[in-house]
Amino acid sequence: MEFKTFVFYVFAAIMVFAALRVITARNPVHAALFLVLAFFSAGGIWMLLEAEFLAITLVLVYVGAVMVLFLFVIMMLDINVDRMRQGFWSYLPVGALIAILLVVEMVLVLGGRYFALDAMPEPPPAQAGYSNTREIGRLLYTDYVYPFELASLVLLIAMVAAVTLTLRKRKGLKSIDPEIQLSVKREDRVRLVNMPAEKE
Amino acid sequence: MEALLQPVAQFFGPIWPLVWTLVKIFAIIAPLMLCVAYLTLAERKVIGYMQVRIGPNRVGPKGLLQPIADGLKLLFKEIIVPSGANKGLYLLGPVFALAPVLVAWSVVPFGDGMVLADINAGLLFLLAVTSLEVYGVIIAGWASNSKYPFLGAMRASAQMVSYEVAMGFALICVLLISASLNLNDIVNAQGQGRFHDMGLSFLSWNWLPLLPMFVIFVVSGIAETNRAPFDVVEGESEIVAGHMVEYSGMSFALFFLGEYAAMILVSAMASILFLGGWLSPVGFLPDGFHWMALKTASILFLFLWARATFPRFRYDHIMRLGWKVFIPITLVWVIVVAVWMMTPLSIWN
Amino acid sequence: MNFVVPDFYPAAAEIFVAIMALVTMLATTFLKRIGRSLAYVLAQATLIGAAFITIYTMDGHVTLTFSNMFIADLMGDLLKLLIYFAVAIGLLYGRAYLADRNMDRPEYFLLALLMTLGMMVMVTSNHMLTLYMGLEMMSLSLYAMVAFDRESARSTEAAMKYFVLGALASGLLLYGMSMIYGATGSLEFSGIAQAIYHQAANKTVLLFGLVFIMAGLAFKLGVVPFHMWVPDVYQGAPTAVTLMIAAAPKLAAFAISMRLLVFGLFELAEQWQSMLMFLAVASIVLGNLAAIAQTNIKRMLAYSGIAHIGFMLLGLLSGVVDGDRHFALNAYSSAMFYAVSYVLMTLAAFGMVILLSRAGFEAENIEDFRGLNQRSPWFAAMMMIVMFSMAGIPFFIGFFAKFSVLQAVVAAGYIWLAIVAVLMSVIGAFYYLRVVKVMYFDEPIDSAPIHAPADVRVMLSANGLAVAVLGLLPQGLMSLCAYALIASL
Repeated sequence: MEFKTFVFYVFAAIMVFAALRVITARNPVHAALFLVLAFFSAGGIWMLLEAEFLAITLVLVYVGAVMVLFLFVIMMLDINVDRMRQGFWSYLPVGALIAILLVVEMVLVLGGRYFALDAMPEPPPAQAGYSNTREIGRLLYTDYVYPFELASLVLLIAMVAAVTLTLRKRKGLKSIDPEIQLSVKREDRVRLVNMPAEKE
Repeated sequence: MEALLQPVAQFFGPIWPLVWTLVKIFAIIAPLMLCVAYLTLAERKVIGYMQVRIGPNRVGPKGLLQPIADGLKLLFKEIIVPSGANKGLYLLGPVFALAPVLVAWSVVPFGDGMVLADINAGLLFLLAVTSLEVYGVIIAGWASNSKYPFLGAMRASAQMVSYEVAMGFALICVLLISASLNLNDIVNAQGQGRFHDMGLSFLSWNWLPLLPMFVIFVVSGIAETNRAPFDVVEGESEIVAGHMVEYSGMSFALFFLGEYAAMILVSAMASILFLGGWLSPVGFLPDGFHWMALKTASILFLFLWARATFPRFRYDHIMRLGWKVFIPITLVWVIVVAVWMMTPLSIWN
Repeated sequence: MNFVVPDFYPAAAEIFVAIMALVTMLATTFLKRIGRSLAYVLAQATLIGAAFITIYTMDGHVTLTFSNMFIADLMGDLLKLLIYFAVAIGLLYGRAYLADRNMDRPEYFLLALLMTLGMMVMVTSNHMLTLYMGLEMMSLSLYAMVAFDRESARSTEAAMKYFVLGALASGLLLYGMSMIYGATGSLEFSGIAQAIYHQAANKTVLLFGLVFIMAGLAFKLGVVPFHMWVPDVYQGAPTAVTLMIAAAPKLAAFAISMRLLVFGLFELAEQWQSMLMFLAVASIVLGNLAAIAQTNIKRMLAYSGIAHIGFMLLGLLSGVVDGDRHFALNAYSSAMFYAVSYVLMTLAAFGMVILLSRAGFEAENIEDFRGLNQRSPWFAAMMMIVMFSMAGIPFFIGFFAKFSVLQAVVAAGYIWLAIVAVLMSVIGAFYYLRVVKVMYFDEPIDSAPIHAPADVRVMLSANGLAVAVLGLLPQGLMSLCAYALIASL
C-alpha cells in the first residue's frame, strides 16, 4: 500500500468514526466537537487531493468560525437530551425506511458500475508550480462570476433576514441613541418665556 | 552542512527524513519555549520600569532565573480536576490552547528559505491554524462546569471570531499586493521597489502603503491574543481569570504558554507581513535572522507597552471596535488597494 | 486563459434590481425617519424601472451570456414582466395591511426586492448552478417574510415548517442535479440535452437524478404528495405575505420547470411526463376535495392553488406523445397561459381577503365574507368574478385557461385525464360558489364599511375587471404566450 493511500484510510476512518459519534453522542457539546473532528479529517482528505485551498478554507471557515458559534449556542442552551429522544422509537420505522431507501439508491448509483475508476479516470497530476488557490480564484472571478455574485446576494439575504427577525429594541434601557442626542434642538429642551419686568 | 549530515543520514536510513524533521521541529520549539519563559520576565520588568518599580530581582542575578523558578513551581503543583467537570475535555482544553500556536510555527520563515514547511498557501494555513486557538478557551470554559469560566469562554469565542475577520481582511491586502500566499514570497516581494534601490529598504516594506492595515493588524492581534487592554476574557476584576479559574499547576501553565507563544506568533507575523521579515532596513547592512528577531521583539515590546498604558476596554466597546470600525475600514481599504493596483499609479508592478 | 468580459446588456434588469436593492438597504438605514415610505417607493420604482429595462432590452432572440449561465429569451422576458407586475401589486395591496400591524418595516420591501431578483435569476437560468442560486434567493426571502410577524406564534411556526421542508426540497433537488451532472458531465441545460441526445449519459443514473429533481420541483410547486406545507404556510403567514407566496413564485416555478424539464431533459420527456401525470391527477383530486372542507378562506385558497397547479402540470405533461413532438408548443403555451391567469386570479382573491382585514381584525374565514354585497356591492361583484373565474365558469379567464389545457391533454390522447380533470373542477366549483352564496344571500355579521386607500381600490377593481375582460378577449394573451415560446424554444 502506498503511503498516500494509508493516510487516506486513516483520515477516512477518523472521519467516519467522528461522524458516527456526532449522531450517537449523548452530550450535544461532544457531538459538536466530533463534528469539528469530522470537518478536520475531511480537510485532510481534500489536502490529499491537492485541493489545499478548499482544505484550509474548510478548517478556517467551518472549524474556526461556524462551529465556534455553533458551540456558543449549544453551550448556552440547556438541551435535555432525554426529552429529545422521546418518540425516537415511534419515528424509527419511517426514518429507517427513508434511510434504507437512500442507501439502496446510493449503492445502486455509486456502486462501482457508473462512477468507478474506469468510468471516471484520474485527472493528470498537476504540474510543478501549480497553485490550486490561484486557479480557483481565476475561475471564480471569470467563468463563474455570475453565480459567485449571486452567492454573495444569498448571504446578504440571510443576513438581512437574521437581523430583521432577531434584532429587537429592549425596553427599559437607559442608554441614549447618539443620533437622537445630536439632533436635539434648543426648542426641545428650553422654553423661553417672555415676562414683563415687575415693578415694586 | 550537507556533507556533515551524510553519515548521520546513512545511519538512520529510510527513516532519516522523519528524524531530520523532528530535529528541525525541536530546533524551533525549544528556543520558542525559552523565549516564552523570558517573555514573562521581560513583561514584568518592562511594566515594572514603566511604573517606576524594579520588577523581579531576587532569583538569580538581576532576577534572571525567575522564569525557571516559576516553571518549577507550577510543575510541582497538583492538578486539580473539579468534581463536576467533564474530565476528558477539561484536560484537553489546555492542550488545545497551546497546540495550534506551536503548529502555526511550522510555516513561519526565519530567513530566506529557513522554514520547516514551505507550503504554497502558507498565509491561509496560518490563518486557519490560529483560528483554532479559540477551541482551547471555549472547551476549557465549558468543561470546567462553573460560571466564571463559562462567561470567560463566551466572551473569548465572540471576541476572537470577531477580530479574526478584521485580521483576515488586513491579510487580504497583503496578499493582494504580493500576489502570493507563500510567506517566503511575501517577504521577498517587500525587498524591491524604488526605495529599496535607493538603499532605504524599510520604506518599501508593506507597512507604509498599508499603514492603516498594519495598525489594525497589530491592534487586532492584541485582541486576538486576549491581551490588555482587550483582556476581558480573563478580566480578573470581574470574572477572576475567565476560563482559567479552575485550572492549577501545569494545566494552568499550558494556557500561559499558549498565550505568550501566540503573542510571539502574532508579532512574528506582523514583522513578516508588514516589516519585511529578515530583510535589512538599509542597503548597506546584510539581511539575516537577527533583523527578524529584532522586529519581532519590537512588536512584542509594543504589546507590553500597551498593557502598561491603557485601561481595560468595556466589552461592548470591544465588539463595537471590531465590527463597526475595523471591519468597515479594512473592507474599504481592500477596495482601495485593489483599485490602486489597477491604476497607472500602482507601485507594485 | 482566454476570458472575455461577459456581455452585461441582456442582464441589465437583474443588475438594476440588485443595485436598487442595495440602494434601498442603505438609504433606509441612513434615513430612518422616512425609511418605511421610502422603502416602499423605492421598491415600486425599482419594479417599474426593471420593467422598462426589460422591455427595452427585449429583442426576441435567444442570447446567452456569463459563460452560458444566463439566457435571455422572450419567454423569460415575458415571465419577468409578469413577475414585476405580481410583486408590485402584492406590495400595493399589502402595504396598508402591514402598516396596521407595524410590519411595514423597510426590510420587508428589501426582502421583496431580493425575492424578485431571485425569481428573475430562476427565470433566466441556463445552468443548474444559477437555477439553484435563484431558487435559494427566492426561498430565503420568503421564509423571512413569512416569519415577519415576530409576535405571532402561528406565523413563526409556519415559517419554520416552510423552512425545514423547503430546505429538504432543496436538498433533493441538489442531489438530483448532482446525479445528472455525474451522468452527463454538464451543468448547462443545453449541454445536458446534448449529452443525453448523443447517448453519452448513463440512463440509470439519469433516471435516479430525474426522480430527485421531480421530487424537489414538486415540493417547490406545492403539488400532492409534497403539498403538506402549502395550507399551513398560507394560513400562518400574514395575508400580505401569503399573497406574495401565492402569486409570483408560481410563475418562477413554471419557468424552472420549463428550463429543467424542457430545455434540459427533453429527451427524457416520456419519463417525466408519466411522473407529472401522477402529480397532476393527485393534486387536482386532493386539492379540490380538501378545499371543500375548509372554513378558513386562506386554507381554501391554498388547496385551490394546489388544484390549479395540478391543472398547469396537465399542460406540461401533454407535450410529447409516443415520440411525436408536434403538440409540444401548444401544450407548453397552454400551461404558461394557465400560470399567468392563475396568478392574475389569485392576486385578486387575496387582495379581497386583505381588503376585508383591518387593524386588529383578520378576515380569514369564509364567514367574514357574509353579506359583502350589502356592505360594498362593487367589491362583492369583483370577488364574484374572481370566484367564477377560478371555478372555470365561462366566460372568464379561468375558463379559457382550463379549456386550453384540456385541449392540449385531449390532443395528446389522454382522454381519461381530461375527464377526471373536468369532473374534479365541477366538484371544485362548489366551494367557489359557496363564497359567492355567502356574499350575496347571507346577512352580514359586521357592518363596518370597507376602508381602503384609493390606490388599492382602483388597482383591485382593475384586477377584477381584467379577469373578466381577458375572459372575453383571451386571444391576445394566449397568442403572446405561444409567440414567446416559439421564439424561445
